[in-house]
Amino acid sequence: MPVINYREAIRHALAEELERDANVVVLGEEVAQFNGAYKVTEGLLAKFGPKRIVDTPISEAGFIGMGVGASMLGIRPVMELMFWSFYSVAFDQILNNAANVRYMSGGLINCPIVIRGPANGGTNVGATHSHTPENILASHPGVKVVVPSTPADAKGLLKSAIRDNDPVFFLENTILYGDKGEVPEGEHLIPLGLADVKRAGTDLTIVTYGRCVLHSLAAADLLQKEHDISVEVVDLRTIRPLDIDTVLKSVAKTHRVLIVEEQKPFASVGSQLAFMIQREAFDELDAPIHRLTTIDAPAIYSPPVEAEQLPNPQRVLKAALELMA
Amino acid sequence: MTKKPSATADKKADDSVQSASPSSSAAINQQLGKEARVDLFRTMMRIRRFEERSLRAYQAKKIGGFLHLYIGQEAVAVGCCSLMGKHDHVITAYRDHGHAIAVGMGVNELMAELYGKATGCSKGKGGSMHYFAPDRNFWGGHGIVGGQIPLGTGLAYALKYKGLKGAAMAFMGDGAVNQGAVHEAYNLASLWQLPVVFVIENNGYSMGTSQERSSAGELAKRAEGYNMAWGVCDGHDVYDVRAVMDKFLRAAREESKPAVVEIRTYRYRGHSVADPDNTYRAKTEIEEYRRTKDPIQVFQNTLVAEGVLDDALIEKIDQAARAEADAAADFAEASPFPTPDDIQKDVYWEIDNPSERKSQGRLFFD
Repeated sequence: MPVINYREAIRHALAEELERDANVVVLGEEVAQFNGAYKVTEGLLAKFGPKRIVDTPISEAGFIGMGVGASMLGIRPVMELMFWSFYSVAFDQILNNAANVRYMSGGLINCPIVIRGPANGGTNVGATHSHTPENILASHPGVKVVVPSTPADAKGLLKSAIRDNDPVFFLENTILYGDKGEVPEGEHLIPLGLADVKRAGTDLTIVTYGRCVLHSLAAADLLQKEHDISVEVVDLRTIRPLDIDTVLKSVAKTHRVLIVEEQKPFASVGSQLAFMIQREAFDELDAPIHRLTTIDAPAIYSPPVEAEQLPNPQRVLKAALELMA
Repeated sequence: MTKKPSATADKKADDSVQSASPSSSAAINQQLGKEARVDLFRTMMRIRRFEERSLRAYQAKKIGGFLHLYIGQEAVAVGCCSLMGKHDHVITAYRDHGHAIAVGMGVNELMAELYGKATGCSKGKGGSMHYFAPDRNFWGGHGIVGGQIPLGTGLAYALKYKGLKGAAMAFMGDGAVNQGAVHEAYNLASLWQLPVVFVIENNGYSMGTSQERSSAGELAKRAEGYNMAWGVCDGHDVYDVRAVMDKFLRAAREESKPAVVEIRTYRYRGHSVADPDNTYRAKTEIEEYRRTKDPIQVFQNTLVAEGVLDDALIEKIDQAARAEADAAADFAEASPFPTPDDIQKDVYWEIDNPSERKSQGRLFFD
């Protein structure tokens, strides 16, 4: 199986879906002539031309709203946000229009739009560019939210997202763009809403997604080697729909749960998970559910300190040991 | 007790009302046959009687939420929508009853939606501000001021992408022109030469704030900043609406040129009927508009002068419109409400089409 990086995996998904469906169009800031601010769309303009790969002005409310309107007429726009942090200037279009139009029309209108781009901290760009809005997005019924952690998942999930008839918000990670992994060529589809056990274990379940999967796997290695603790790492991959069954199955095996996420703690994805786990698997739990999040403050700029504000393998390790104590 | 809404369209022509439209000689109006002219009049009358009936239902507490009435503005939606061809599309804001009737939606489903009934056009899930009929190229009915304008631009983008000769009409009120999303849409439409006509229905007030107190400069002229054509027309005169809009719609369809058109109109009722209407404008101002510029009265006089309408036909059309509105209220009254089981339907396409569902996992939470 070819080894490619996360950025290339996304590009392959885009290219294959552009090839497959003439109604798929890629729009966003710097996606065409500039070859993508993060080079995700590199080469697509040369291959598909300016009708299919479209540079937009810096005008998120305008072009995202335009994509929502076009999707109502059967276009399948895949819109790049240079940073998901910029969703706030298009909030009305994303979460009033895309999320609600099917409902308010009594099911008469579909909105098959994909909005994708990176949503992460850890690159020392300060509070305005480091938002992780998956909880805010997922709290709106009508939308789907995907956060892939590996190149193979990124490709398989993006292809499914583009074919989905509901609005799908796809949250990538600038730090993962260069990560390499084996990725199946051609038709590789991963259904939305299917979690993946990235590491099997018996003593502790870590429920996580996105880049925190990598931190959790690194911590799991240390926990095994240094503390003889066997950790199971469940990668949610999709926040909504949510594969809670895979989580509950793991909890029934390990009886202890640590949630690791790059969210701020208040009303995070982990808050919802913790509620569901205690509600549906209370008798399986041998300890209170524990959670590791980003330290609760706006993203700090200072590079070495930002690394400590975010989850990292050492913080995961520490949280796991607190839970196992 | 509110006085019974008087509507206009008095049986006898009033000499103080303008009766000869300077736009009657425009080709798009000249080509109208007698029946087509009567249809324009009938549709305006049907909108007015529908809304008067809905107001009575609101006052009787049959309708919840807001009710933004279009009374006084009927010539705008009727004139614009009468120009629609197969690939022309319409989107508007929350004052949407007139557009819905003008594109041909049935008044039963519209009234039932106001009553929150399962037989409503959105199954009781949208309400007054959120009417939709994609089968009639009508894309809402949107609640946030200006928020629908990027969507309308997207309809035009889709038309151009698919190579269809059509135009989108994106309606907004005069209060919307200061929203950023509108300006972003203007820029995209002009930058990419999208076939969209932005229609500003200027009724003089953004809620209770007059144009003078809210907007600098001439509203449609802002199009110049985006290198777009613009125009102004008299929204009290359906012939003028048609004449001006026809010109811009042709440019959109045939040359993919966007434009901004300001249609000067007036609403007789409050921003919504629950709002006080005496803090920001004088009663005499409303009365003056009613007396001299009412679009139904103006057009009635025009058609009487043309020999197309007479008292008997006016009476017949009015009675039919009243009967239709009453029947719609009866239909709405007799219809069932949606049930709590319906609340989670129409949220996700995949949930509503389970045999085609590809995703897994939970989409709803409790």
